[in-house]
Amino acid sequence: MAVVDVIDLHKHYGPVPAVDGLSFRIEQGEVYALLGENGAGKSTTVEILEGHRTATSGTVDVLGTDPSRAGRDFRDRIGIVLQSSGVEAEFTVREVIELYGGAYRHPRPLDEVVGLVGLDEKVDARVGSLSGGQRRRIDLALGIVGRPELLFLDEPTTGFDPSARRRSWDLIEALGADGTTVLLTTHYLDEAEHLADRVGVLSKGRMIAEGSPDQLIGQVSGTVISFMLPDGVHPDDASAKLGDLLGVDVRLSGRLVEANVDLPTVAVHRVTGWALDEGHELESLSVARVSLEDVYLSLTDGDRP
Amino acid sequence: MNGFPPTWRLVASQTRYQLVSFRRIPVAVFFTLGLPLIMLVLFNALFGSGTVDTPLGSWSASQFYTGGLAAFTAVSATFTNLANMVPIRRDEGVLKRWRGTPLPTWTYVAGFILSAVIIAVIGVVFMLLLGVVAYDLEIDAAKMPAAAVTFLVGVGSFAALGMGLASVVRSASSASAAANAIILPMAFVSNIFIPLEDPPRWIEVIGNIFPLKPFAQSFQDCFNPLVDAPAFDWGALALVAAWGAVGLAIALNRFSWEPSGSAPRARRSRRLAPAD
Repeated sequence: MAVVDVIDLHKHYGPVPAVDGLSFRIEQGEVYALLGENGAGKSTTVEILEGHRTATSGTVDVLGTDPSRAGRDFRDRIGIVLQSSGVEAEFTVREVIELYGGAYRHPRPLDEVVGLVGLDEKVDARVGSLSGGQRRRIDLALGIVGRPELLFLDEPTTGFDPSARRRSWDLIEALGADGTTVLLTTHYLDEAEHLADRVGVLSKGRMIAEGSPDQLIGQVSGTVISFMLPDGVHPDDASAKLGDLLGVDVRLSGRLVEANVDLPTVAVHRVTGWALDEGHELESLSVARVSLEDVYLSLTDGDRP
Repeated sequence: MNGFPPTWRLVASQTRYQLVSFRRIPVAVFFTLGLPLIMLVLFNALFGSGTVDTPLGSWSASQFYTGGLAAFTAVSATFTNLANMVPIRRDEGVLKRWRGTPLPTWTYVAGFILSAVIIAVIGVVFMLLLGVVAYDLEIDAAKMPAAAVTFLVGVGSFAALGMGLASVVRSASSASAAANAIILPMAFVSNIFIPLEDPPRWIEVIGNIFPLKPFAQSFQDCFNPLVDAPAFDWGALALVAAWGAVGLAIALNRFSWEPSGSAPRARRSRRLAPAD
């Protein structure tokens, strides 16, 4: 049975639809990422699944119950990491973890929680004295203190420095490996690609694509070839000229030229041949597998998330 | 057995947690507990430590206002304290976080209110102790049951009014302003700071309509040597309780766990999202 089952969900704020006919399922033990730009409806969807908001229409089933009517048993089985939700600044890390843990049936011991989120060194520090990234780790700590079967993570790493982000990824991966079902929202494509078993791409409250990162990537031609446009070539001429050369559409952002190609060997041969003939050096020439970002861009016509 | 910690323990730990939080916010401790004591000291300095002579005998002047100040302390600890702190916790998103846990939401509110009542008890006891020790306040045991009942009706009602105000204000900063804008003028028309002799009629009417004066006066009566034991003023208590019921009704209908403007914020970011 699916842990999360959403059918034709709608949520309107006044006349504005924030979620507009959304359906998806999350199976037991999956790490599922909802991906989309700001305002795509990710947070609204997650808050409906958590029971914080009620849907305008549609069917929502989470852990076998309707979250808008669910009570204490339901909240004992979920963990929530909201985008911005404070913690009492006057308390120490130890105190808040014990206090919030005390509300659950089987809380994780303090040592385990701080170990998982990497706050071992800060157990007796006041929450108010911590940095932004450390506070975000308290959010994670309070999300997992009740040993949730289903963990909601609303943009868990926004504002993190790269190393803190890596550590959070490790934690989320460990929880996923442990059998916890995770619903993650993010606008970082690499985060979704790295963590998620499946990704749902949201735009304007609708699901525009869904699948494993590999499946989504497979929908787009397999390889990206990119390089910096040589100085001697005018950008206005480049699209047409290189498009003809490669036989596909070429994207130009600043001086960066990118093209999705099916036959990378042929494409590289043609591009390098052209550069040699014209006497150009191709800076930053690279041939890479398509990333989720390329998929996203092709799905949303270039709106970066 | 449902496997959750027993309810009494949740309420106890929530109450304890609110008390610890109160203790760690110096400004709250000062305004709630410290300031009324300073006022008692100032009153005695200003009005002198003289005695009041009546046909029935002579008493220390403090006998006629310490009870009222103690009642005001109880109102600060409940009404002002809750109307300030609850919106702060709501704005911080702490209320919303708690609502996402299996803690029954009423136990969170109960912890807030019980902690406020305990702070009120501490404040009143301090005030009366200071009165007895330093200013010859006499306490008549025969009137203490009335004092206890009056205190409980008062703190219950003012806690409900504090929750009611916390439910209708939009943000923590407006809550603090609203609470003070209500309570300070009320204190003046309710004879808390200056015993008004022959006040204008309208001031008297306002004082009698709102609950502060009936509460402060009926509590003060429990220390007034000219009032006979047992000193119950049921009419005043009924009025205070009626106001408490109004506060409770507002809180039950309007209380929100969401930070103010969280839904409109989602709407705003939608509008700001890049056009397609």
